[in-house]
Amino acid sequence: MSADTPVISCKNVWKIFGRDPKKFLATMDKGLSYDDIRAAGYIAGVKDVSLDVHKGEMLVIMGLSGSGKSTLVRCFSRLHDITGGTISVEGQDIMSLPEKELIDLRRSKMGMVFQSFGLLPHRSVLDNVAFPLEMRGQDKHARRERALEVIKLVGLEGREDYFPRELSGGQQQRVGIARSLAIEPDIWFLDEPFSALDPLIRREMQDEFLRLQQLLNKTIVFITHDFDEALRLADRIAIMKDGAVEQCDTPDQIVLNPATEYVRKFTEEVDKARVVHAGVLVDPKAKGTGDPIDAKLTVHKMARMLVNDSRDFIPVTRGDNLLGAMPRKAALDILLGSEE
Amino acid sequence: MNGTGSMTRGQAAIGLLIGAVVLTVAQYIGWLPNWMHRLPETAIPNFAMVLDIIFNFVKDDLGLLTFTRTLTEGLEWLLDVSGNIFYGKNRWPNIGPMPWTGLAAIAAVTGYYLGGWRLSLLGGGTMIWTALIGQWTIAMQTMSVLAIAAPLAFVIGLSLGIAAWKYEWVDKTIKPVLSVLQTLPFFTYLLPAVIFFKVGPTAGAVATTIYAIPPMILMTTLGLQKVSSEVVEAGKMSGCSKYQMLRHVYLPSARTEILVGVNQVIMLCLAMVVLTAFIGMPGLGAKLLAMMGSFKLGRSFEIGVTIVLLAVMLDRMSKAWVVKQPEHFERGTPFWKRHQMLLLGAGLFVGFTLLSLVLPIAAEIGRKQDFSQGKELDNLIKGFLDIEVVKSTTWFLRAFVNVKILIPFRDFMLSIPTFAFIMLVTAFALSLAGRKQAVLAALFFSLVALSGWWDRAIITLYSVVAAVTIAAIIGLPIGIIAARSEKWSTRVLLMCDTAQTFPSFVYLIPAIMLFGITDIAVIFSILIFAMVPLMRYTIEGLRTVPPEMTEAADMSGATRMQKLWNVQLPLALPTMAIGFNQAIMFAFFMVIIAAFIGTQDLGQELQRTLAGTNLGKNFVLGICVSLMALTFDLTIMKWAADKKRALGLP
Repeated sequence: MSADTPVISCKNVWKIFGRDPKKFLATMDKGLSYDDIRAAGYIAGVKDVSLDVHKGEMLVIMGLSGSGKSTLVRCFSRLHDITGGTISVEGQDIMSLPEKELIDLRRSKMGMVFQSFGLLPHRSVLDNVAFPLEMRGQDKHARRERALEVIKLVGLEGREDYFPRELSGGQQQRVGIARSLAIEPDIWFLDEPFSALDPLIRREMQDEFLRLQQLLNKTIVFITHDFDEALRLADRIAIMKDGAVEQCDTPDQIVLNPATEYVRKFTEEVDKARVVHAGVLVDPKAKGTGDPIDAKLTVHKMARMLVNDSRDFIPVTRGDNLLGAMPRKAALDILLGSEE
Repeated sequence: MNGTGSMTRGQAAIGLLIGAVVLTVAQYIGWLPNWMHRLPETAIPNFAMVLDIIFNFVKDDLGLLTFTRTLTEGLEWLLDVSGNIFYGKNRWPNIGPMPWTGLAAIAAVTGYYLGGWRLSLLGGGTMIWTALIGQWTIAMQTMSVLAIAAPLAFVIGLSLGIAAWKYEWVDKTIKPVLSVLQTLPFFTYLLPAVIFFKVGPTAGAVATTIYAIPPMILMTTLGLQKVSSEVVEAGKMSGCSKYQMLRHVYLPSARTEILVGVNQVIMLCLAMVVLTAFIGMPGLGAKLLAMMGSFKLGRSFEIGVTIVLLAVMLDRMSKAWVVKQPEHFERGTPFWKRHQMLLLGAGLFVGFTLLSLVLPIAAEIGRKQDFSQGKELDNLIKGFLDIEVVKSTTWFLRAFVNVKILIPFRDFMLSIPTFAFIMLVTAFALSLAGRKQAVLAALFFSLVALSGWWDRAIITLYSVVAAVTIAAIIGLPIGIIAARSEKWSTRVLLMCDTAQTFPSFVYLIPAIMLFGITDIAVIFSILIFAMVPLMRYTIEGLRTVPPEMTEAADMSGATRMQKLWNVQLPLALPTMAIGFNQAIMFAFFMVIIAAFIGTQDLGQELQRTLAGTNLGKNFVLGICVSLMALTFDLTIMKWAADKKRALGLP
């Protein structure tokens, strides 16, 4: 596998629930809508989805409940067997894996965090975190050491001997995160990890999560129904509706160029200035004058400068590369709304 | 269901009812030919003989007997070991018996560990009472069988439960068998046990084990199904193999339900092990049987108290175990502190064992040293019964209720022609439940008619109907009144909970004490047994009426009575029906045990078969009881389910 092979690649993936989904998929007209399929007595959990997740990337799958986002992520780890299409993980078709190799894959490469934590109630924090290590047969001493390491990483030091019910929701999710990280997975699935927490704790956990990601730099598939959370965390966002992906793009592009009416509705209420970066607004052919600005700055962060500066084109750099120049008007339009 | 060209359910039911009335009237006038009143002897197929032939074939030709006799040897060895440990049976390993003081200490420490001082007192107190009253040996005989039967039932039930959860076909085969097993009278368990596993403790242990398995299967399946899908997925993502999933994820997560199953296994085992006295199993049951047989009420009462104490102790302790959650210790807690209860228990046990070597009274309380007050209690009871008020009440009940109400009612039921009776039952099932239940009811009662035991079956049914009716007349008002206040609800519910743990056998004691060996004693023992679920479900039904509905009634200006009749009772009715159903099932169970007092019904015949090897007859009788019970069960449960759905209750 070469360096730019996607970590997860899915092509035309279908997941249909019902009496005999395989047969139904084989005979049905691929153009059927979600409601048509439902009228036939089947539920299209995932409907003809193709997308790639690249190494070190954070892909956020966003959708309302019932949109199929949780089903899709369960197909990636083969918690669900897909009905049609292919999913490969690091170049390997996971549907063709025999059970033993599938278990090995999960034991060595994948970690997952669940919305309601999925902790084993009869095990202490330490034993919950060490559980995946125990399952793959690591000896007691080694797994204890590793478990303590991750427990420290998520900031639960000193709570090793507590039982899940003795912890708060936020703490329980920290245990869930620690458990998913215990085996040092390459791919990290998070299924609405913060939805069950109250808003203040959620914010705190998001920061914590970003800190961990900066430390670990894993390939992440993150699920949420919260658009703000998606914008805050994502490298790319896939927006799902009725089992299908409506648009999969960077937050900037989704906010600037929503592909469908459905996506546009989501972006309406969003403060675009906090999402759009200078790098996206660059016109590569244009030439600016004066001091360059960094591509990673959001319009919101540049606001004061945009208002005070009089240049029409401002040069933008990423690292040492000059990308081109940003038309100041474009940025102001985003900040203040278009003129008309 | 509404008449498309044909009759509606209600009309059909009324039609059947009219048919039954016409037939009965014809019978009274004397127009009905005899063969219409009862099936003629010649029309009755000899089921018993056919069954016997089948049994004999399975038993001898297929070699089942040799197989079970081999099992018997293994079981006998286990029972010998536990017999030696518990009451010093002269068998390997020859280390028993455990001193009563030691066991009392263990019971007290276990009680403290599980539920604090109160359970500790209950545990220790029960043991001390048993020893002091001079029933230690017989109690330990009972416990020694329990100690083998309960774990056996647990293991078998758990395995079958897992199998039923895992494989749909196992579940589908097991479900109907379980529902029949749960209505089969216990005498029907006993005879096959005797034939295949020898008289005495082995047969007793087998019957006890089989009797206790069904709830364990149900609870295991229930618990495994309830494990949250995220926990399962977390297990899979942790890379569990199939076995690891079961061992480390499913079973521990289903802990609560499995432990509830354990509680039920223990309680059913105790109830059954006492009843196995009927097949010569020594222990508390045998002693109670003997004492009641010779009308030594004082001693019977004492044994009854011991049984009840043991039952309550086992129940409370196993329930406390269900809710006991693991607690963490601070880092660096020394070993002795983590396990202090275990060490304390072991220490006390060893201490008392050593003490018993030098002080015999700590090991065993001899015949003349006990505090049994049998004779004095006898006199006390006689004195109580001689009090004018008590005497006239029991006399009134015997003379008036029995002679003027119960016996005429029984004779009336017997006078109804067989066909008319089947039509009545069918009409009942049709109007309450539906076509399927009606067909089954007709089929089941026709089979009872064909069994040739119709009259005895009707007498059985009469006892059940009479007792449940009286139980409802007394129990429902108590439930309704208790449900008015939180305080009384809890009290009555606690009382019901406790009463339900009593092995059914002890319900005979007050009945015999008050009414001697009479018909009314039979009705009375069934009645108090059946009242428990009636009160319990009435209270639960009324208490779980959604508060916004009673509040709405209050705001509409309803009086307490109006609220009760128009809001609370209709909403509580489905739950109450479940209680009613349970009362009927309990009654069918008790009426068979009441054969001991002396009845003329199926139970009496069943009890007689125990003395012989007439397995075919035993089964025919048992299945008759089961069929009648199932008819009610199917009908009432369907009605309750329909009603619940119609009301939109969970």
